[in-house]
Amino acid sequence: MKIHVTVNGYKKAFDIEPSDYLLDTLRKYNYLSVKRGCDNTSCGVCTILLDGKPVPSCSLLSAKADGHSIITVEGIPKEAEKLSEHFGHEGADQCGYCNPSMAVNVHALKNEIQNPTDDEIKEYLVGNLCRCTGYIGQHKAIKSYLEDEK
Amino acid sequence: MKVVNHKLPSVDGKGLMMGRPGYTDDLADPNALIVKVLRSPHAYARIISLDTSKAEALEGVELVLTSKDFDRRPFTRAGQGYPEPSPHDKFVFDEFVRYVGDEVCAVAAIDLVTCEKALKLIEVEYEVLTPILDLEEAIDNEIIIHPEPEIHDMFPIGFEPKRNIAAAYHMEVGSVEETLKDCEVILKQHFYTHAQAHVMMEPHTVNARIDYQNRLVLYTSTQTPIHVRRIISQSLNYPLSKIRVIKPRVGGGFGGKQAIHGEIIVSAVTLKTGKSAKMIYTRKEVFESSYTRHPMRFDITLGAMKDGTLKAIDCKVLSDTGAYGEHALTVFMVAGSKVLPLYNKVDSVRFYGDVVYTNHTPAGAYRGYGAIQGNYALESSIDMLCEKLAIDPILFRQKNMILEGETSPIFEIMGEGTEGTAMMMESCKLDYCVTRGLELIKWNEKYPRVTLPNSKVKGVGMAIAMQGSGIPYIDMAAATIKLNDDGFYNLMIGATDIGQGSDTILAQIAAEELGTTLDNMIVYSSDSDLTPFDTGAYASSTTYVSGNAVVKAAKQMKNMLIEEAEKVLETKVAFDGITFTADNGKEITLKELSNRLYYNEDQKQLTATSSYVGHKSPPPFMAGFVEVDVDIETGEFDIIDYVSVVDCGTTINPKLAQGQVEGGIVQGIGMAVYEEVLINKDGRMITNDMMTYHIPTRLEIKNLTTEFAISYEESGPFGAKSVGEIGIDTPPAAIANAIYNAVGVRITSLPITPEKVLQGILKLKENNHE
Amino acid sequence: MTLEVNNYVKVKSLQEAYELLLADDSNQIIGGGAWLKMATKPVNTLIDLELLKLDDIVVKQNIITIGANVTLRDLEKNKDIKEQFSGILYEAVHQVMGVGVRNLATIGGSIMGKFSFSDILTPLLTMDVSLEFYKQGIISLQDFLATKKPPKDILLHIILKQEKGNGFFKKVRKTALDFAVVNICVVHKDSGFEIVIGARPGIAVKASKAMTFLNRQSNFSEQVIQSAVALVQEEISFSKNLRASKEYREQLVAVYVARGIKEVTQS
Repeated sequence: MKIHVTVNGYKKAFDIEPSDYLLDTLRKYNYLSVKRGCDNTSCGVCTILLDGKPVPSCSLLSAKADGHSIITVEGIPKEAEKLSEHFGHEGADQCGYCNPSMAVNVHALKNEIQNPTDDEIKEYLVGNLCRCTGYIGQHKAIKSYLEDEK
Repeated sequence: MKVVNHKLPSVDGKGLMMGRPGYTDDLADPNALIVKVLRSPHAYARIISLDTSKAEALEGVELVLTSKDFDRRPFTRAGQGYPEPSPHDKFVFDEFVRYVGDEVCAVAAIDLVTCEKALKLIEVEYEVLTPILDLEEAIDNEIIIHPEPEIHDMFPIGFEPKRNIAAAYHMEVGSVEETLKDCEVILKQHFYTHAQAHVMMEPHTVNARIDYQNRLVLYTSTQTPIHVRRIISQSLNYPLSKIRVIKPRVGGGFGGKQAIHGEIIVSAVTLKTGKSAKMIYTRKEVFESSYTRHPMRFDITLGAMKDGTLKAIDCKVLSDTGAYGEHALTVFMVAGSKVLPLYNKVDSVRFYGDVVYTNHTPAGAYRGYGAIQGNYALESSIDMLCEKLAIDPILFRQKNMILEGETSPIFEIMGEGTEGTAMMMESCKLDYCVTRGLELIKWNEKYPRVTLPNSKVKGVGMAIAMQGSGIPYIDMAAATIKLNDDGFYNLMIGATDIGQGSDTILAQIAAEELGTTLDNMIVYSSDSDLTPFDTGAYASSTTYVSGNAVVKAAKQMKNMLIEEAEKVLETKVAFDGITFTADNGKEITLKELSNRLYYNEDQKQLTATSSYVGHKSPPPFMAGFVEVDVDIETGEFDIIDYVSVVDCGTTINPKLAQGQVEGGIVQGIGMAVYEEVLINKDGRMITNDMMTYHIPTRLEIKNLTTEFAISYEESGPFGAKSVGEIGIDTPPAAIANAIYNAVGVRITSLPITPEKVLQGILKLKENNHE
Repeated sequence: MTLEVNNYVKVKSLQEAYELLLADDSNQIIGGGAWLKMATKPVNTLIDLELLKLDDIVVKQNIITIGANVTLRDLEKNKDIKEQFSGILYEAVHQVMGVGVRNLATIGGSIMGKFSFSDILTPLLTMDVSLEFYKQGIISLQDFLATKKPPKDILLHIILKQEKGNGFFKKVRKTALDFAVVNICVVHKDSGFEIVIGARPGIAVKASKAMTFLNRQSNFSEQVIQSAVALVQEEISFSKNLRASKEYREQLVAVYVARGIKEVTQS
């Protein structure tokens, strides 16, 4: 079947099977920032924005996305770049595998919650697991990024 | 120093955050065949018949690979130097399957759906055998897990497969039995540590293709590209010279990607079909069919005098290597060699035991291997001994622990799989680490416990730890620096960046030595055709071993540059990284010199290659302190802060070093508290996804306080030692000690769950009533 | 394993959805689809109700009507939900995995799944909740949960009566992304007490005996509370799974029911 979606502001038509998940469809169409991690909603590395809201693409059927708008990190390069500078400053990036999803999620957080508290930041991002950093550096980087963006 | 010891952003951080393709599957041929493995549903079984005809007949199936497609040649997937200290006990496919998830055969098909359909069409008849699922029942059991005659060790490692023993070891300094006779206080205790899963975010991923020179090219998410190339060549009997292994960005390894995973099967598919092929492990496969940490049992005996002098340590260990013996001996030995020297003043010390086969998922390399298990047992025992002695555990450690300028006989006796190397502790700030940690955690205000409102009690606990920096006389690394026109450099290294930031810190080292900036040092790792030899990212070797190779190559390049500049200026020159200045005031810039060398006069390429092999393995040290708040009615507890004070010599990049320590601490906390591999009675892993196996999230980690001691290791690059593993070692013991200090419950079997804590509290209450 | 699905239809009317649902035994309505991967049975047609909206939360005359397609995230952000019984439903939803999953999962899917691990059914059972189906009409949540295999029908709305009262919710979990080891709700409202225990690991149930006992009490001394706890333990059964033993669940429930009663009777 065919679905019609807007990806990063551009209208696209994708050929899919009814059983395809959006993670696989996006990777098939070369949106390679979307990563495969746990494959069952638990790790967050496949997060994309569907109509502006973060969702795990590993568990969203592509067919369900028909008619909706999708944003991957490729669609928010300037924000990702800025966020990466804060990560760099805190030494908060290691393997980088979860970072595109982190950027997407932080973008959504910024739009959804004004002046988030420490707890609100942690709770918003808790679905984004990281096995490398120990989280504290990430948290400092995200906080300083959000401060800067005010 | 201008570049080293500076907090510079990693060289790849921005690009990866922006989603630029760089990981193995990002670089797969879009038309690659999909390869899937049919895996055993039984913990132990013999394959009576295997009928693949229906699968082969399915449209879209390219081929099915079974044991018939491979020479019967045992090898080890361990991913170590050669000859390996692991038994060659694995065949690509065998008549026996030895754990749930073991490999039966493989299918290559046009797409995933076809591949999965084909797997279902394969008919296997098994003779189901009784498995061994308890490490304590393995030795001399009538069930033999490896009956096959062809398997062997590469040199003596105590390999006795007929007794289910993959490796064995024994060493003794002095006589423990004799010393214990004279000791006034003796502590005996056993401990159990459990299997831990690596849970790197990127699953094991590999793809292969044949290139236009008819060579086999692999992209693979590995820590050991050079070993991968060698093992493919050995197992498939295919010329090493026709294999190229490229390691792109790797989404975490932690030891889990030291061994080889799908590489052999995918290579076989590509060689047989001539077509590109790829394999991505499902998360279930990552859990069930890669590796775990070795579960161990420790029997510890400590002997001391009433004045707090530790006299003897006896450590008997039983280790579970699961179905195959990857890293059986080496992990076992590290449980002694990177733990026992912490208390170097004892009269006698003994370390011995066996590594056994069971029908569990194989155990393999995992950050801090052996050391975290041994540290938990020893550092828990030390606190228990101190209680018996009625001596403060901090004072006891300060009296008995290793100090700068000292040594331990163990360094010479025990290496990793071989004999060790004698060395003095030329840099050891462990005493400072302890003192500073006490201040940071406010020990005196909290030790041993503070009663809080709402049924809560706060406790603090601590542990000390050491690691190594590579394996002396075995781990070799090389680096090549190439000068380009316009005066910038390429640094080409075999060292394997798996996310720990080695590309960045090695470029920092090269840039420092050559007096240039980080952006002028373009780093590339690793490609077996293009980059020089390096054993890979394991054993905490990269900063120290590869870093030293980079220093040597950079020095060589500097000398070459000065020589060329002196030819031009016809006199002695000084070089500040940008300009060569002669005694007479004449100058030439690096940019001018480079352009002249490549375009104008006396043209030549300047390339410097150098290599390094360690002659010692200077240990980093740390003291870890933890504060826990325990709910005495439910046993639940929060980890309020974890203080780490680390001596890793010079931090090449202080922020990245901090990231290594903190990442290690959180993995250690995970092992200590939240993570547990559970196996059912049939031997099936029931925690085989991330809904049932829990790594810490950002909500559990409330605070981490990390500092570095000022320390300089003379033999290290710019004074550096390793920092990759040291962080993971202390949490199990420190948390166990903190829980004990808070509520008086001693947990001797990991993980430290709220349930165990509550049972302990209730038992204490019961005993008090009696 | 890849899910086997032959068709995916975003239906244009309830009648279309209903006819499709009856057309094939394996046809199924998809909520957010967040837990679809846990299903193993092949599906012929997945029926998506997205175009029918059903994604509003409307408050009228003390009745909160929640469309079946309302996501857990939208439910969490609704201020009326946050007000009910000290925000217990908000707390329960808020602790379901990460924001991403809550943006995907719907309240309809969470109820129809009758998940034994559910954190949402526990607070819902303390409330006056009924479900509006396309054909069956309105039935109470409790009756729905009690029916072993309800007839094929389409859940349209969740109807929740606004009530005043104090609430307590506790989810015991290993990490923030874990399912509950056990979850406990205690509510004190005008009509009396409600105590519900979920993830036992069986599905959420009411502790009716303890509720009846508490409803007859006028003061809530430690002794009264412990009597109520004993009744909970007598009435409700627990068992072990990979998250905890039966005994530990019993111990946790004893502590948290007591704490819950104290909390809801204090203010």
